[in-house]
Amino acid sequence: MKELEALSDFTLHLADSALILGQRNAEWCGHGPILEEDLAMANNSLDLIGQARLLYQQVAEVRGNHCSEDQLAYFRDESAFKNFTLLELPHSTALAPSAKGQRDYAVTVARNFLYSAYMVGIWSSLASSPSLAAFAGAVHEVPLQNAKALQWANLSANLKAVAAKSYKETEYHLRHSSDWVIRMGDGSAESHQRIQQAFHHLMPYTQEFWTQQHPAALQLDMPSIKAQWDVTVSDVLSEATLVVPSAQGFLPTGTRGVHSEHMGFLLSEMQGLARAHPGAVW
Amino acid sequence: MKASPSERLPNTESVWALLEAVTDPEIPVVNLREMGILRNVEETATGFDITLTPTYSGCPAMDQMVDDVQSALHAAGLTAQVKIQLAPAWTTDWMSPTALVKLREYGIAPPHPRPVTSNNSTTSNAPPGGSPSLQKVTFSWRRNLTASDPIACPQCGSLDTTEISHFGSTACKALYRCLGCLEPFDYFKPY
Repeated sequence: MKELEALSDFTLHLADSALILGQRNAEWCGHGPILEEDLAMANNSLDLIGQARLLYQQVAEVRGNHCSEDQLAYFRDESAFKNFTLLELPHSTALAPSAKGQRDYAVTVARNFLYSAYMVGIWSSLASSPSLAAFAGAVHEVPLQNAKALQWANLSANLKAVAAKSYKETEYHLRHSSDWVIRMGDGSAESHQRIQQAFHHLMPYTQEFWTQQHPAALQLDMPSIKAQWDVTVSDVLSEATLVVPSAQGFLPTGTRGVHSEHMGFLLSEMQGLARAHPGAVW
Repeated sequence: MKASPSERLPNTESVWALLEAVTDPEIPVVNLREMGILRNVEETATGFDITLTPTYSGCPAMDQMVDDVQSALHAAGLTAQVKIQLAPAWTTDWMSPTALVKLREYGIAPPHPRPVTSNNSTTSNAPPGGSPSLQKVTFSWRRNLTASDPIACPQCGSLDTTEISHFGSTACKALYRCLGCLEPFDYFKPY
C-alpha cells in the first residue's frame, strides 16, 4: 500500500524536524543568555522532543519488526533523517562556526520564529483535515484481516491527535519567538543588526517548506498555508523594524536526506551514548 | 475518600474514589481528576482500565503519573492497566472549578478559558490575513499595558501584573510579576 508508506514517511519527516530542532535548542540548556530564556529554550525542546516521540511511535507501529522510537532516533544514519536543513544549522551566521564559541541567540530566535509560523499552519491543517478524519473514521468499517488498511486508519487518527496537541504548543513557540524578534529588531543597534543578519542567513532555507512533496491523500492546501506564513512573517518583521530578506538561493535538500555538513556533528552528539551503550535505560 | 460500597467487590466508583488521592507530581495540591488528566475508569475481565490523557507532549511528569496510578491501585490489591488517550487533546478548560481555586491558593494563577476565537481542531485554517492564532503581534511588555484580560496576582489579587517570561518553571506555566505587591508568580497558561 503506497499511500500508507507515503503517510508514514511524512510522519517521519515531522518527527525528524521536531527532534533535530529540539536537540539544537537544547544546546542552550545551562548556557542561555539569561535565566528565563535558558528555561524557555529547555521547555521549548521538551515540547519538540515530546512531539517527536509521539510521532516516532506511530512510525514504529507501521514498520513493525521491533522498530521503536529509540531505534528511529538513535540508530538511523544521516541520510535516513528527513528534517528540514534549516533546523540542523548551528546557532550562528558564520559559514564555518567553531563548535561552541559563536552561538548567537538571534539565530535561535529567528529560526524558531520562521519554523513555528510554518508549523502553526501545518498542525492546524492536519488537526482539522477532513481527509484524515474520514480515514480515521473508517476504522470500524475495515475488515480486521486487512492489516494495512487498519494501520492506515490508526495512523490517520493518531496523526490528527498529535497535530491537535502540537498546534497548542506551537502557538506558544510562535508567540515567544515573535516577541523576541520584535524585542531584538526594535532594540539596540547591535541587536537589530544581529537579528537582521540572522534572517538574511536563514531565509533561503525556508524554500524547503514549499518545495517539499506531501502525501496527496492529505490534500494540504499549501498555497493558503504559505499565504498565511507570508502575512505572519511580514507583520512581525515590520513591527520589528526589519526587512524581509529574499528567500532566493541554493535549494536545501534535507527532506530528501541530503544534509548540510553540520548534521553529522549534531547526530554524533545525540546518538553517541545510545550507540556506545545499546539498550541503556535511565 | 468515599468508602467502598463493598470491601470484596471493588467497582469503578471505588476506583475513582481511590484515585482521588493521586495528585499531580508537579502541583501536589490538585489530583489527576481535578486536572482533567484522569478521563475514565472501566472494569474489565481482568481488572480495571484507567484512561489518562497527556498534557504537554513533552511533560516529564507524565510517566510519573502513570506509575502513581498503578501503584495506588496495586497497593489496594487491584490489577490495573493504564491507557494513554491522545484525542481529544487535553485542555486547561477541563480543569475543575475546585482545581482553579486550589491552584490560586497554592500561589499559581489559574488558567483563563481558552479564547473562543482561537483556531482549534474543529475549525479550519483561517484565510490569509485573518491570522487567528496570533492576534495583533506586539511585544508582550506593550501588550500588557493594554491587556483587556489581565492576570490576577494569586497573592494580593491585584490586576496590575506583567509577564516576565512565556515559560516559567515548566512548559505549562508563564512567569509573571505583580506590580502591586511586587511578588513574582506562575501563571498556568491556557492550553
